[in-house]
Amino acid sequence: MSEQLLAQLMNGLLIGCMYSLIAIGLTMIWGVMNIINFAHADFLMIGMFTSFWLYTLYGVDPLFSIPVCAVLLFVLGWLIYKYLVSKVMTGPGLAQVVVTFGVSIFIANAAVFLWSPDFRMIEKPLLYGTWNFGTVQLSIPKAIASLGSVAVSVALFLFLRKTKTGKAILAVEMNRSSALLMGINTERVNALSFAIGSSLVGIAGAFLSMYYYIYPQVGGTFGLISFCIVALGGFGSIEGAFLAGILIGVVQTLGGYFFDPAYKYAIVFAMYLVTVWIRPQGLMG
Amino acid sequence: MDRKRSRILPYALTLLLSLSLASAGVAADQVIKIGAVYPLTGAIASTGLDCLHGAELAVDIINGKYPDLNLPLAKTEGLPNLGGAKLKLVVADTKGEPRNGQAEAERLVTQEKVVGMIGAYQSAVTKTASQATERLKIPYVCSDSSSPTLTERGLKYFFRVSPHDAIFARDQLQFLKDLEKAKGVKIGTIAVLYENTEFGSNVGKQVLMLAPEYGFKVVADISYSANATDVTSEVGRLIRANPDVLMHASYITDAILFTKTFKEMGFNPKGLMTFAGYIEPGYLPAVKADGNDIIVRSTFALDLAKRKPLVAKVNALFKKKYGIDMSENAARSFAAPFVFADAINRAKTTEAEAVVKALLATNIPGDQVVYPWKGIQFDPKSHQNIHARGILVQIQNQNYVTVWPFDSAAANVIWPFPAWKSRK
Repeated sequence: MSEQLLAQLMNGLLIGCMYSLIAIGLTMIWGVMNIINFAHADFLMIGMFTSFWLYTLYGVDPLFSIPVCAVLLFVLGWLIYKYLVSKVMTGPGLAQVVVTFGVSIFIANAAVFLWSPDFRMIEKPLLYGTWNFGTVQLSIPKAIASLGSVAVSVALFLFLRKTKTGKAILAVEMNRSSALLMGINTERVNALSFAIGSSLVGIAGAFLSMYYYIYPQVGGTFGLISFCIVALGGFGSIEGAFLAGILIGVVQTLGGYFFDPAYKYAIVFAMYLVTVWIRPQGLMG
Repeated sequence: MDRKRSRILPYALTLLLSLSLASAGVAADQVIKIGAVYPLTGAIASTGLDCLHGAELAVDIINGKYPDLNLPLAKTEGLPNLGGAKLKLVVADTKGEPRNGQAEAERLVTQEKVVGMIGAYQSAVTKTASQATERLKIPYVCSDSSSPTLTERGLKYFFRVSPHDAIFARDQLQFLKDLEKAKGVKIGTIAVLYENTEFGSNVGKQVLMLAPEYGFKVVADISYSANATDVTSEVGRLIRANPDVLMHASYITDAILFTKTFKEMGFNPKGLMTFAGYIEPGYLPAVKADGNDIIVRSTFALDLAKRKPLVAKVNALFKKKYGIDMSENAARSFAAPFVFADAINRAKTTEAEAVVKALLATNIPGDQVVYPWKGIQFDPKSHQNIHARGILVQIQNQNYVTVWPFDSAAANVIWPFPAWKSRK
């Protein structure tokens, strides 16, 4: 019983770290630009497929695809911001919602067209198998992916606090007009945030591809949960998203274990609703 | 006389010409449109496409000339009683959502003017789509959804060819009984695990209801959401319950996720008995050898060809067209167009009431189907095919082989399920 509890807790933490990394990119884009990127889950899918194809066609292990995914999604994010999102930034709010929604539908359908709706898996990544701690078993790729997620989140945190560019991003997040008056190129900061946010979810995709199946609609549930995390953690708060991600992972796993798995997402969403009710700005907003 | 003839001749010629044109019109232009609703995008798009391929091949066979195939209307081109009219599938995407199933079925009937409907695969979607066709008075022949409730609604226009989950659940439990007798093993407890929509919860209900009748004790009853991102809590509960046998009703994404998690967490029942997800064509390519030794319910297996040469011939055609072997899904969906074509041909019209009457009189013999059945005949009340039955296949060396009923098995069943640690 207590072994199972420990195993559940560990698994909750692992999936939670993954959720955090996926949600951080989303919350960053929201914080800086006040727009929700509905294509976020599709960027995750592109990251996963990039890693899959590098592995299948060139034998590159997903561990080494991480930088490729990071750069590729950075560029993609930059381009989508520059040629689509920036055009509607001054337009009505609805246009901003619709533009990323359109990108999402386009990417998902293009993926079905290009790669078929089939399920793929990276069979034998370098990191493979399970670690046994007594009776508790932990999947190695899952554990490494989660540690990697934490590392990337910390790196982002340091980048924002310690570098000049990072500080500029935070300044825009706090107050766009003041930042503009201080001589910060807000347009560039927007593009950079969108690109970094996309890049982070690309990295998450590469990590996830080490142990999760890959298909064009894989982002669906991850996307929904990351919206929930962003709201729970406080819109735009990176630390908030990090904590909320882990919290949701643990609650989901333990809730499913102790109550009923059929309601594990209901518990997660109920927690979100209660938070929004008591503390509308989220945990750290 | 001459003058008379010269006056009649143009009329006669015109009459002759228009008659021949008219009959040519019936033969060449008359197309019988059948609506096909399947999930072609969304989480189970690969399954939907596979089903559609089965139905498309059936339509090809009906429309073309295949003298060496003993299938209804294969030897003739089109429907002979309707001047060789051809069948045409009008395809619509449900995205796997019940509301789309209903909307698309309505659109196909009212705008595309289809005269019949097939498909949906997911029981929850078939349910809403067939409610739409019932209201619009259009016959629906389903050969790929297995929820028992579909044929318990007393619908007038809905027919089902394939077995439903009450039949399958009984098969699985009967298999366990037969196994106890044949191998001297003792099976006491079972756990039931099922996704929580129409399909899964009905399987769960059936197994829970029937298990005591067969003398098994249910030690866990777990439902879950099929689009879960992580199932460690579900598997944790299974480990806690420690059943002899697990019965699992799933779609494909959850089947893949559970297989990985069973292995990771070392969940080792003596038998893994499953429904649906584990036999979808995307499953084995995704999990490879981890799928070995799992038992799945089926209506079709390629090794049936040993006793039914028709299976090999149909599979050859399928492979030629799509490049892969015919899966169970494709094989199930393959039935509906034949049933429709046969009924419309006998009714000699596409008028709904006459087609329903003809469907009720359907009697396709067992040697004209690719399944191990005595044929296709509908129960006059429920409209369920009374001959539909299931087989059990086991994944051995990454192939689906028939293991039950024992008298038609192609291989011996591997039992108990080898421990994950001892597998590579």
